[in-house]
Amino acid sequence: MMDVAHYMGVPLGLCMAPLLLGIINRTKAFFAGRNGSPLFQAYYDIWKLLRKDAVYSRTTTWIFRSAPVVGLGSVMIAMILVPVAGSSLFAFTGDLIFFAYCLGLMRFATVIAALDTGSSFEGMGASREVHFSTLAEPALLLGLAALAKLSGSFSLTGMFGGLSGSDWLASGPAIALIAFAVFVVFLAENARIPVDDPNTHLELTMIHEVMILDYSGPDLGIVLYAAALKLWVLGALIVNILICAADLSGFSGLIVFAGGMFILAVLVGIVESIMARLSLLKVPQLLVGAGAMSVLALILVMRFTS
Amino acid sequence: MNLLLSAFIIFVGGSFLSLGLVKYPRVLRVVGPGSVVIGSVLGIQPVLSSLILGTCDFLQMPWQIPMGSMSIGIDPLSAIFAIAILFVSPLAAVFGAGYLKSFEDTHDLGKSWFFFNLLVASMLLVVLARNALLFLIAWEVMSLASFFLVVFEHERDSVRRAGWIYFIATHIGTAFLLVMFLLLGRHAGSLEFSTFFNCGLSSHLVSVVFVFAVIGFGTKAGFMPFHVWLPEAHPAAPSHVSALMSGVMIKTGIYGLLRTLTFLGCPPAWWGWTIIIIGVVSGICGVLFALAQHDIKRLLAYHSVENIGIIALGLGVGLLGVSHGNAVVAFLGFAGGLLHVVNHAVFKSLLFLGAGSVLHSAGTREIDHLGGLIKKMPLTATAFLIGSAAICGLPPLNGFVSEFFIYVGAFEGMSRDGLSSGAAIGGILAITALALIGGLAVACFTKAFGIVFLGEPRSKHCEHAHESCMSMRIPMVLLSLACVAMGLWGFFAFGVMSNVTSVLTSGLTFDPATCGLITPYQDVLLSVTLFALALIVVIGSLIFLRSWLMSGRIQQSAVTWDCGYLAPNSRMQYTASSFAQPITKFFRTFLQTKRYVSPPEGFFPKTASFSSETDDFYGEQVYKPTFNALESWLSRFRQIQHGQLNLYIMYIIIALVVLFVWKLR
Repeated sequence: MMDVAHYMGVPLGLCMAPLLLGIINRTKAFFAGRNGSPLFQAYYDIWKLLRKDAVYSRTTTWIFRSAPVVGLGSVMIAMILVPVAGSSLFAFTGDLIFFAYCLGLMRFATVIAALDTGSSFEGMGASREVHFSTLAEPALLLGLAALAKLSGSFSLTGMFGGLSGSDWLASGPAIALIAFAVFVVFLAENARIPVDDPNTHLELTMIHEVMILDYSGPDLGIVLYAAALKLWVLGALIVNILICAADLSGFSGLIVFAGGMFILAVLVGIVESIMARLSLLKVPQLLVGAGAMSVLALILVMRFTS
Repeated sequence: MNLLLSAFIIFVGGSFLSLGLVKYPRVLRVVGPGSVVIGSVLGIQPVLSSLILGTCDFLQMPWQIPMGSMSIGIDPLSAIFAIAILFVSPLAAVFGAGYLKSFEDTHDLGKSWFFFNLLVASMLLVVLARNALLFLIAWEVMSLASFFLVVFEHERDSVRRAGWIYFIATHIGTAFLLVMFLLLGRHAGSLEFSTFFNCGLSSHLVSVVFVFAVIGFGTKAGFMPFHVWLPEAHPAAPSHVSALMSGVMIKTGIYGLLRTLTFLGCPPAWWGWTIIIIGVVSGICGVLFALAQHDIKRLLAYHSVENIGIIALGLGVGLLGVSHGNAVVAFLGFAGGLLHVVNHAVFKSLLFLGAGSVLHSAGTREIDHLGGLIKKMPLTATAFLIGSAAICGLPPLNGFVSEFFIYVGAFEGMSRDGLSSGAAIGGILAITALALIGGLAVACFTKAFGIVFLGEPRSKHCEHAHESCMSMRIPMVLLSLACVAMGLWGFFAFGVMSNVTSVLTSGLTFDPATCGLITPYQDVLLSVTLFALALIVVIGSLIFLRSWLMSGRIQQSAVTWDCGYLAPNSRMQYTASSFAQPITKFFRTFLQTKRYVSPPEGFFPKTASFSSETDDFYGEQVYKPTFNALESWLSRFRQIQHGQLNLYIMYIIIALVVLFVWKLR
């Protein structure tokens, strides 16, 4: 029965990722006392955009046109490596490095596409994106390294697949710290509150939304879809930490995993409802804090499990 | 070996031939680069066979100088550096043929090609030499040839100053090497490399030799804090020379250090620590200073410091692995560092050639004056983009493969033992540094590529920009292809790298290449190759899908969305300085950027200006005071310097008499 989760992970992610956006928005609507947009709004948006014509800036070149597909392609490859309920389609030693650098490639493409428009607005977003991701990257990799040390394996499947309830009993604080650090990185990388607010277009504080300001039509659809997939793959890391995949098997693992993803989306919605966006100058502190938690987790793991 | 010797002879012959052809610029244009190309093609076969088959070759000829003979040899360790020399040099030479055309009327190109050929020949000899004296001679010729290449535009003040800094730095480094080789030679009783191994140095002296090697070779390689000459010399030199120096020549420092390590037996753990800390400092500070630069070639020079830092991280992890007796960590660290040597040679020379192409066509190195060049120079832009992605270590390009090796090696070091073991902390340091460097490198190269090539032109410099001539384009295309190809060769790199690392560990009790522990990593590298391929295939098919989706759609053109502002102009774009500002501000403690602001004043402000400048911390805070103090102290001795020849002759006689008496005593 392990096979189901093994093969269903990628199709599940490809199909369900936009649903996370719907759940987040419904949660926020609930807190605001509104009805909110339909759960499947992101699917409608993407479908609508894919059928539209496009407008391009005269300044832009092939860089701007190819960046969305490069981003989508790299996040898809990252999705193959990400485990679902502790097992991914392919795994090899060091695949988490490949995973992190695929997301790096996506970021590289988005940033140079933003600079391709020559807009100072988009340049500003690009500048902030590279600044924050510089600080987020060590936090993510160190957190994963701590997890790797805990499990003795340097592949995502080995790290998450071996995690069980007994590990929580043995080194719960370290795992909790890792989960929190990865959660902060997850919020920052996906441009959610408290780092960035996805709802406010055209504000001087924007990061991700402002970088894609000049996209329209099918390209915007691809950008939206790629962003949803990124939300899914980074979220999957957190859910994998929390669900103790070693205690689950096959189909039940898949269901628990999908349920975990939806609860995570609700959690993001709650964070967005009850928190304000941090001042831009405070964001680096948050990210360095996440890095410090990863280091602390690493120290805990090394001290008590060697 | 014969082919390599003939390659060497062709380089030397070409250099003297160029000197004689000053009067015939058309012939010189062919002969100067031609000899480099022919020599390299001849030499590449024996180097490749040594690298792939792991064979060693050795040639010994008697000479008049005591303590040894003229011995040269090739083994996989020499070969991996020689391959970088023989691949990058001809491409830089072909690029130089086009680049130097505009200097034909004003400069003596005969000398330029003389020194270029000589530099290539001496670099080859440095990696082949198996005798300390021969090594030092080649080393000195290499330093002098590159010095004269740097001061090519000697009529400019800044170039002479840069050349002077390089000249002093490289000779201070050589002084340490001289002492180091004398120490080794004295105990071995010979200057042959083969006698140096375990030559009976006491453990203190071994440490002294190691420290001297790190300083002496580190000065050439650009280890921080011995890196000060790089950001001065690389911008001053013509671009094909910077490509060769930054891509290849500084790596001879790494070669020298590794060759010395093979003499010294099993390294204590603190050697690994030293190299890792040097790697962390060089890597992080190098990329930070790069980020703060406005001059594209200075930026690239600081990036060489960063990449040398990454190489040092790999070697440090490898050394820690050796000293802890862990074959896997040793192999992965060394292999990653050495693979990064070759990878960096390819993408850094590509980037310098791209920068040269921009400089040639737009006439400025100031990033903030450029913009929108991708429309006028599409090929240069594409090549620079590939180089940028590769230097950031992004898959599927070559930078990723070597960084992957180092990451996995660092993890292995971390996972084997607990916190009590040094290897664990070394591994954590390496992972942290690599992650931070990776993020900062992306920031730096999105800035370099994005501001120079994308957006709208920021000044008149870009109006007359044009794509470069054929001889400048071909090398860039070949280097770009190499970046892609080497991104996919991780699987094949495994065998080559195990040949090279077995040279490094040959004197030790274990050989990672044969102990079988590393064989699982062959499959790991196969997976990396497959996933890099998958990445290319997926992106390719998505591009195909998108063009299918877009066919038949109406695609309108408009101005960039400017939030309703009516008169956007190119000066409103983000600049390189503004792009990097958040990061440079965050790290201001290290960078100490100076800002010169005259803000707009009054109700009708007329002029306002802002500029910023980031000087080298070590250059300003360490070396400048030191050398000033040295100068003021030494200037006391000016009194004995009268400029009268008979006085000088008297000094010489006195010195001779004193020596004579001392000897007879």
